[in-house]
Amino acid sequence: MAKETVQLDRVIIRFAGDSGDGMQLTGDQFTSETARFGNDLSTLPDFPAEIRAPAGTLPGVSAFQLHFADHDIMTPGDAPNVLVAMNPAALKANIGDVPRGADIIVNTDEFTSRAMTKVGYEQSPLEDDSLESYNVHPIALTSLTVEALKEFDLTKKEAERSKNMFSLGLLCWLYDRNIEGTETFLKEKFAKKPEILGANLAALHAGWNYGETTEDFSVRYEVKPAKLTHGKYRNISGNLALALGLVAASQRAGIPLYLGSYPITPASDLLHELSRHKEFGVRSFQAEDEIAAIGAAIGASYGGSLGVTTTSGPGVALKSEAIGLGVAIEIPLIVIDVQRGGPSTGLPTKTEQADLLQAMFGRNGEAPVAIIAPQSPADCFDAALEATRIATTYRTPVFLLSDGYLANGSEPWNIPDVDSLPDLTVEFTTEPNWTNEDGSKEFMPFARDPETLARPWAIPGTPGLEHRIGGIEKADITGHISYNPENHDKMVRLRQAKIDGIADSIPNLKVDDPSGEAKVLVLGWGSTYGPIGAACRRIRREGGQIAQAHLRHLNPFPKNLGEVLASYDKVIVPEMNLGQLALLLRGKFLVDIESYTQVSGMPFKAAQLEEAIKEVIANV
Amino acid sequence: MSDIVDSQIAEGAAPDAPKLTMKDFKSDQEVRWCPGCGDYAILSTVQSFLPSLGIPRENICFVSGIGCSSRFPYYLTTYGMHSIHGRAPTIATGLSTSRNDLSVWVVTGDGDALSIGGNHLIHAIRRNVNLKILLFNNRIYGLTKGQYSPTSELGKITKSTPMGSLDYPFNPLSLALGAEATFVARTIDTDRKHMTSVLEAAAKHEGTAIVEIYQNCNIFNDNAFDLLKNPETKGDEVIDLKQGEPIVFGTEGEHCVVRDEFGGLEVAKTAEVNQAEIVVHDAHLPTTAHAFSLTRLSDPETLHHTPIGVLRSVERPSYNRLMNDQMERASEKPADLQALLAGTDTWDV
Repeated sequence: MAKETVQLDRVIIRFAGDSGDGMQLTGDQFTSETARFGNDLSTLPDFPAEIRAPAGTLPGVSAFQLHFADHDIMTPGDAPNVLVAMNPAALKANIGDVPRGADIIVNTDEFTSRAMTKVGYEQSPLEDDSLESYNVHPIALTSLTVEALKEFDLTKKEAERSKNMFSLGLLCWLYDRNIEGTETFLKEKFAKKPEILGANLAALHAGWNYGETTEDFSVRYEVKPAKLTHGKYRNISGNLALALGLVAASQRAGIPLYLGSYPITPASDLLHELSRHKEFGVRSFQAEDEIAAIGAAIGASYGGSLGVTTTSGPGVALKSEAIGLGVAIEIPLIVIDVQRGGPSTGLPTKTEQADLLQAMFGRNGEAPVAIIAPQSPADCFDAALEATRIATTYRTPVFLLSDGYLANGSEPWNIPDVDSLPDLTVEFTTEPNWTNEDGSKEFMPFARDPETLARPWAIPGTPGLEHRIGGIEKADITGHISYNPENHDKMVRLRQAKIDGIADSIPNLKVDDPSGEAKVLVLGWGSTYGPIGAACRRIRREGGQIAQAHLRHLNPFPKNLGEVLASYDKVIVPEMNLGQLALLLRGKFLVDIESYTQVSGMPFKAAQLEEAIKEVIANV
Repeated sequence: MSDIVDSQIAEGAAPDAPKLTMKDFKSDQEVRWCPGCGDYAILSTVQSFLPSLGIPRENICFVSGIGCSSRFPYYLTTYGMHSIHGRAPTIATGLSTSRNDLSVWVVTGDGDALSIGGNHLIHAIRRNVNLKILLFNNRIYGLTKGQYSPTSELGKITKSTPMGSLDYPFNPLSLALGAEATFVARTIDTDRKHMTSVLEAAAKHEGTAIVEIYQNCNIFNDNAFDLLKNPETKGDEVIDLKQGEPIVFGTEGEHCVVRDEFGGLEVAKTAEVNQAEIVVHDAHLPTTAHAFSLTRLSDPETLHHTPIGVLRSVERPSYNRLMNDQMERASEKPADLQALLAGTDTWDV
């Protein structure tokens, strides 16, 4: 019997299970199929810090949310239309986010009294009335999978492991996705384990066929491809985009990339990815600690490489002194902070934006650095190029503030043509740069470019330019050790002026104010771009007026920022911290900022921001 | 870019390069150590030794941490970086592994290398990065004006330990050997000839060479090595190791080194043992046991019976070489940036 197909413009699916259930893999594969199908999409993986958290418990629940649509979307979505709950814990942990009327697919095999008691269900939610207002599909996912795999020479436990493929197959049927990509993926992954490969393929097909034959699902859904800009697309996560951006930046700069890194969640994927691209001259060094990682990057940069270190907040804390050295010796250096919940160990797998002030001020002395932030997973690519441009042009450490949400979230990316990327060619100093009064030529390591105030980058191996640098205060121009009070005052101001001067090279802040009549500006930075943008769309759809602007450059700010802030009656700044950008803005521009904050380890929801912004608008 | 990536392990200068002299390595900066500091003697020896490397000045780089000794780079005319406390090995590792055409030296002290930078030291050593580490050991914190260091003797009275230090000292060379060092040597600041020979051996070594230099701090720990320097005592106290020779010392050769009953080494009277029992020094033994036992001969407090010279020198591929091998193997793959950006799973809109 052919089933009815219902057209939808967008769908939000959340897969949830134990951290060992393979929910992230399931989500990734569904995402890949969706990307290939041509929908616009946005994802939000949410998993515990433990590799295998205690089975069946609330803290052990791992989830993956995917939002896909036939139009351009900005966030992974607030509330799922479909929840796949692989056990009682997954149901309990996620039901609060699921709106009434949504579909819930539950794996009934896992709803044993023991498993339910473990998470505090006194009676089965599948049998009482608590899920009455939802469209519940109780399916024995585990036993159906085991049954489908009885031909294979597997233990029950091994067979049960393929239940995520069964559910993936079912969801692919339900939303009219292909499964060929997943088949290819499995064939590569299990090339050397034909039995496991066969079982996973069989489970995948069984799930698809189950959808086709069961009467539980009377309709299928279809979400047409989105009308995106022409081009070649791939799906990309923030960490991957950042890694590729760094490789591209080094190629465009014409200097090899040297990565010094120490494993830390959620930044380790950068180390993994960059370690795979040695053919591009990328040297990756896994150091003994965070300090050694940045030390090696500084040493390599001194030697003429593009020195990069990748970490998260606690790692930045350890690197602070070395970043100060980078400021003092004025060499290019890229510090990537994939922010996570803090302080201390905090929430390693959750997102936060609370390292802005650490990046800005977290060093001894007056130690200004440039700071930029990407606004979406794919934008991490462009941010890497921009960080490289600033670091190499201004001979300075640059902070790139990504976060856990950008790092692991993904979206379609219109792959750029390599030749269209900015030319970042670096030229080392190879000749003396100073003429003495008697006409003789000399090399002065701290004689500056009059325009950028950058000092020369003369690398070891260059004859005649041998010089010594260090963390001790240096005399202007000559770079000799200097304890002279006037000189120190001058050097502190010069270093600050150099960073301030970067503003001359960055575009003015653009404000999106379609009607030109908005009285309220919502200003964000980093990964809040998606939810802020989605909230603004909702407000405008209802006829509201709101202006939106988003900062790529956090230090220095774009030159017109003060003017922009002053031209609105009210400025609201949503941040996943306690108001760090707001503090900087108030301090620099003496403006009254409405700070709206959340530090839950999760990104803002569009609906929540919509409400907060509306409230500000109402009170203007 | 290819100049940096493709260059191989540092070789000598081009045959037509002008011959450098000690003068060519003296910078115009005023040397600011305390008068009488052992660092002067080391600086002078290094300046006179560097020309013999036959490496152009621009291809030599000295990296230091923080402390009196770490001012060293400013007094040379090579490239140099005076970095941050304890971290010189990390910076030098990045420089060395990205630039195999350079001869990279680390200058550090007992506080810098063994206290705040202990972690970096052991990891640089175990990796066998192409670095020559000169560890100036004066058994005291000099720049901070006289606190005990990780090599100070137990019970040492200093400003921070008025009732005596409670810390048991490190033997830096035992530590280095425990960290899988491939080259370990010791010398003394005032013995220019001996230091030069040790530096030459270190420079030739592929991988990390660690050279401990006993250095007198005449302000805060004067005469710390008097036993090993005083003409009246040094003959009986210093064990001057010579490759391939029986380990005999003393003004008349009256002391020697033999195996002890636990498999280690001990000092004996030459007259009381058979010639065959005297241990022959071999720095090239694959096992670290010999070199380690040598480091344990000296008294941790007084330095009574201290071996100097090259204790261990064995071949193991440097981190640089292994990294280069991987880079070379990887370079067989085409470096197609456009293909990298596209990945394997794309669609057209």
